[in-house]
Amino acid sequence: MNIVVCIKQVPDAKDVRLDPETNTLSRDGVKSVINPYDRHAMEEGVRLKEEFGGRVTVVSMGPPQAKAILQEAISCGADDAILVSDRAFAGSDTLATTYTLSQAIKKTGGVDLVLCGKQATDGDTAQVGPGLAVRLDMAYVTCVKKINTVTDKVVVLERMMDDGYDEVEVDLPALLTVVKEVNTPRFPSIRGLRKARAYDIPSYTAADIGADPAQLGLGGSPTQVVRVWPPEPKGNRTMLEGSVDEIAEKLAEIFHESSIG
Amino acid sequence: MAPNRTVINMLIIDNDACIGCGLCEDNCPFDAIHVEEGKAVVGDECTLCGTCVDHCEVGAITIEKEEVAGIDLDAWSGVWVYAEYRNGRIAPVTHELLGIGTDLAAKRGVKLAAVLLCESAGDVPAELIASGADLVYTVEDTALKDFTDDAYGNALEDLALKYKPEIILAGATAIGRSFIPRVATTLGTGLTADCTNLEIGDDGHLHQTRPAFGGNIMATIMCPNHRPQMSTVRPMVMQANEPDASRSGEVISESVDPARLVSRCRVVKSVYSEGSQVNLSEADVVVSGGRGLENAEGFRLVEDLADLLGGAVGATRAAVDADWITYPHQVGQTGKTVASKLYVACGISGAIQHVIGMKSSETIVAINRDEKAAIFDVADYGVVGDVFEILPAVIDKLKNR
Repeated sequence: MNIVVCIKQVPDAKDVRLDPETNTLSRDGVKSVINPYDRHAMEEGVRLKEEFGGRVTVVSMGPPQAKAILQEAISCGADDAILVSDRAFAGSDTLATTYTLSQAIKKTGGVDLVLCGKQATDGDTAQVGPGLAVRLDMAYVTCVKKINTVTDKVVVLERMMDDGYDEVEVDLPALLTVVKEVNTPRFPSIRGLRKARAYDIPSYTAADIGADPAQLGLGGSPTQVVRVWPPEPKGNRTMLEGSVDEIAEKLAEIFHESSIG
Repeated sequence: MAPNRTVINMLIIDNDACIGCGLCEDNCPFDAIHVEEGKAVVGDECTLCGTCVDHCEVGAITIEKEEVAGIDLDAWSGVWVYAEYRNGRIAPVTHELLGIGTDLAAKRGVKLAAVLLCESAGDVPAELIASGADLVYTVEDTALKDFTDDAYGNALEDLALKYKPEIILAGATAIGRSFIPRVATTLGTGLTADCTNLEIGDDGHLHQTRPAFGGNIMATIMCPNHRPQMSTVRPMVMQANEPDASRSGEVISESVDPARLVSRCRVVKSVYSEGSQVNLSEADVVVSGGRGLENAEGFRLVEDLADLLGGAVGATRAAVDADWITYPHQVGQTGKTVASKLYVACGISGAIQHVIGMKSSETIVAINRDEKAAIFDVADYGVVGDVFEILPAVIDKLKNR
């Protein structure tokens, strides 16, 4: 089974904050990490390969620095890694991103299964997985929490719904987006670290993937960000003080008032 | 006549004009531009957001734009709401979308339509009309009994191509977030996820506002050159209209080519959670617990309080990882996002990964032993105290009310 896992480098959530003076995102000391959901997609890919054979190729679209997360993916069991990187991709929205990724994945050829995290923690759109499936003309299922059985024709899995879950059978080739419940990712192995150190990650440009320039980057993106600003700060909080009984009485009142109306 | 549209290609720095002052570097939100040897140099992180262009005082930075033929925007008219219907129930967000949709349609001087995809419509169209729809397009087919992305996506795509609406709204629910991106991709148009505000601007376009970076910033997004303009909208944010059974509207029964309703996915079975306890994103009240509850037994206090308030139970990742409660209850970065009227955080420290999933709630009450806990920074009301004393006392008070 040939598996492609798409991963994204995102700023570590705990470091992201808005500079109060310039109202821009302060990146000072912000570490870049693998998008948390993508770790679960990687792990699922490696587990399926271990059970059914085949290869796991990790693909990331991003600046050259994103090689770091691809190295990490190799150390966690991926066989191959590809960086898709070009200045022409700058300003891509999800439509341009899915086009770019699909062109890169088509170049790898013969894919049975594509795995993505449910969403990336910087954009939070959850749109790249479904869009990519359309571009690759694959069936897809989002928010997969468990893979039950895999044959050479279908995957039977469970997807999270708002009101419970569905058991779904999906034809291969398919794209799945996963939530964290699907597995517990492993840590890099010594062997993996050694392999990652020796692995030279190829970088595909727009020309390498045979991309139509009109569909790339900001020019290929129907959506445009017209304004960015910090959210309204919370008003002053009120600390409740007194005896346990007094506090409980005040809380009961607040609960009553806030939950109605 | 199709208007020309502007395609933006590349950031250009005029080295003769650049004085190396560094204003661009200081203001770049993405740390993508740097002054090297007295001149600005743009790096790969550049997203072409244009902030540096605005800040450059000598006009040394421009974004190269190119005019290409666009689509005829006037050919697309009307506001559509995807009416989510599952397990015999209209998702509450549908009524909220009809609420905001009423405003948008009025501002544009067009009709508001709901699109219902299901096995059998029954009284649902009447309910949608009472909530504000002028038109209801229904597609009834056994192939639409269960939700699959292929069949639902193809049906909505075909209707959109037939009637050409200028706006399509859907709930940012499990279903909406799954198949709406498919429709946007096949239509080749823009989609903005998780909107919290929608307005028609003076330019006639839809201005879509959403939180980004886990709510640390807000962004307004437009889709100026493509149609339809598509948004998924967070539940519990928009105001539904008061249902009016006397409203009249037209129900238009549509059929879709059966071949387009054949899905490559089949739902084997649906398992519904008991009650509404688990659907956090629709809950008015969420009571959440974290590590401070100490163990599964301690966590029961959170469940008791949620029961008394008619609310849903939330949890931090720590509580889920400790198996005190299941994953569907997790609130935060790798769990769900809630925007409840009341959010009660019990024994939760307030790590950013949790906070970004609940900070847009209307009233936040935090109870924690540690007065320095970060959760108090986002709280409206705070109690420094022991959850094992405070919660039983509140539960007692509520029972006696």
